[in-house]
Amino acid sequence: MALYSETVMDHFRHPRNVGVIENPDGVGEAGNPVCGDIMKIYLKVEDEVITDVKFETFGCGSAIASSSMATELIRGKPIREALALTNKAVTEALGGLPAHKLHCSVLAEEAIRKAIEDYYRRQGIPVEGGGCGDCAGCCGCGG
Amino acid sequence: MIYADNAATTRLSKTALDAMLPYLTEEYGNPSSLYALGQRAKEGIEAARATIARCIGAAPGEIWFTSGGSEADNQALRSAAAIGARQGKRHLISTAFEHHAVLHTLEQLEGEGFEVTLLDVHENGIVTPEQVAAAIRPDTALVSVMYANNEIGTIQPIAAIGAVCRERGVLFHTDAVQAAGHLPINVVTQNIDLLSLSAHKFHGPKGIGVLYARRGVPLRPLICGGAQERGKRGGTENVAAIAGMAAALDAACAGMEQNAKKLTALRDRLIEGLERIPYGQLNGDRQRRLPGNVNFCFEGIEGESMLLLLDDAGICASSGSACTSGSLDPSHVLLAIGRPHEVAHGSLRLTLGEDADEEMVDEIIRAVTGTVTQLRGMSPFWRDLETGRRTHVFAK
Repeated sequence: MALYSETVMDHFRHPRNVGVIENPDGVGEAGNPVCGDIMKIYLKVEDEVITDVKFETFGCGSAIASSSMATELIRGKPIREALALTNKAVTEALGGLPAHKLHCSVLAEEAIRKAIEDYYRRQGIPVEGGGCGDCAGCCGCGG
Repeated sequence: MIYADNAATTRLSKTALDAMLPYLTEEYGNPSSLYALGQRAKEGIEAARATIARCIGAAPGEIWFTSGGSEADNQALRSAAAIGARQGKRHLISTAFEHHAVLHTLEQLEGEGFEVTLLDVHENGIVTPEQVAAAIRPDTALVSVMYANNEIGTIQPIAAIGAVCRERGVLFHTDAVQAAGHLPINVVTQNIDLLSLSAHKFHGPKGIGVLYARRGVPLRPLICGGAQERGKRGGTENVAAIAGMAAALDAACAGMEQNAKKLTALRDRLIEGLERIPYGQLNGDRQRRLPGNVNFCFEGIEGESMLLLLDDAGICASSGSACTSGSLDPSHVLLAIGRPHEVAHGSLRLTLGEDADEEMVDEIIRAVTGTVTQLRGMSPFWRDLETGRRTHVFAK
């Protein structure tokens, strides 16, 4: 059996929504170079709906695929729904990830949440919660 | 497909296969059986033992068959530790970038009351005999230094280190898994007491290796059983693999000089090509490295994604990134030569085999250059390096 599912490899080979949004409404970054993965999410929001999302990722195949899938899952969705995105949903949409790669999906969830929190901050809306969720796998997580 | 991962394993040669086939078909006897069929298998083993001994300057009685390099390393260290312990010597010296077969055995021995000193391997990936001399104490039982490193290919001054050990009366083991069949070995002139090698690194079969132990260095069996290998390794011998290993080593030694010359030129061409990629750097000494070994770190990208893209381009390579090891830390070898974590994640090892040529090397250069550019194009880490938010480690 191959390391990754066909869906993971598809999103790795042909990542959706790669790039940068100029003048974004929210930006979030998760991970760090010492751990070997960084995800950065850029959002454009209109009427509480994510109208555009782009990502940049430094990391392994599953990190790139997780970012790609996560951006697909929140694109065109209301902010509230995007905020509820879990790493489990990302993993399931990818057709599963090897156990030691699950933290990549956690990183995607975290980067999106940070981008949304950044959006709220810019809007002057108070942010609740925060932190790192159920992250157990990353090496330098401060949450 | 371009196979550029010969340090991981090599293709079984026709020579080795031909030597194996009789023992996989007609000559299936158990070497311990006294009838002719069994005795022919026994003769096959002894002929292989003699061939291997000749290739490394040893006597046949000093060659012990194992299941591979890891077992040979385990048995060498365990045996030397047992010898030392009997004399009250419980200090072991090795290096920070040994194979895990050595490092993890040393960790176990540490747990059993031995003290371990791991020598620094410097930025060039080479240990000096002076370091070894300085580390030896009256209670040192063993020095174990690999002949050539499996990741960065750097070649250690084995003969000089062996001389230091001999002079001070300390046993010297070398893990020669990456060297055997590629670099000259003479256990006598190089003052080697114990040496490990593995057949599948020189076009022999997997699952077979050798522990050389100088006469007078008693081995401790790891596997207890019958009288095979004079009681030092129980279990019916893998006759076909032993025969294949001997044929492969014999062929590798015969063609060594010519292969080394060819591969060194191709290796240097590959290094020069990859050096044109900005913010990348060769790992390990440029000259004192295995003929086919190239190992680079590229800033701003991660190794596993590089390997996946190269695989798509038909190139088999390896990396020392954490993601390829299944652990959270990148390669201990790259950390040992002082590469920071974030750079070690972006490592790429390409190890050429005898089938390589200039065309293949140029295709690798093109594919790696394209892959690095593609991944940097989507890397926020690279963007930060380029915009000055983070600082480069390497020169452009």
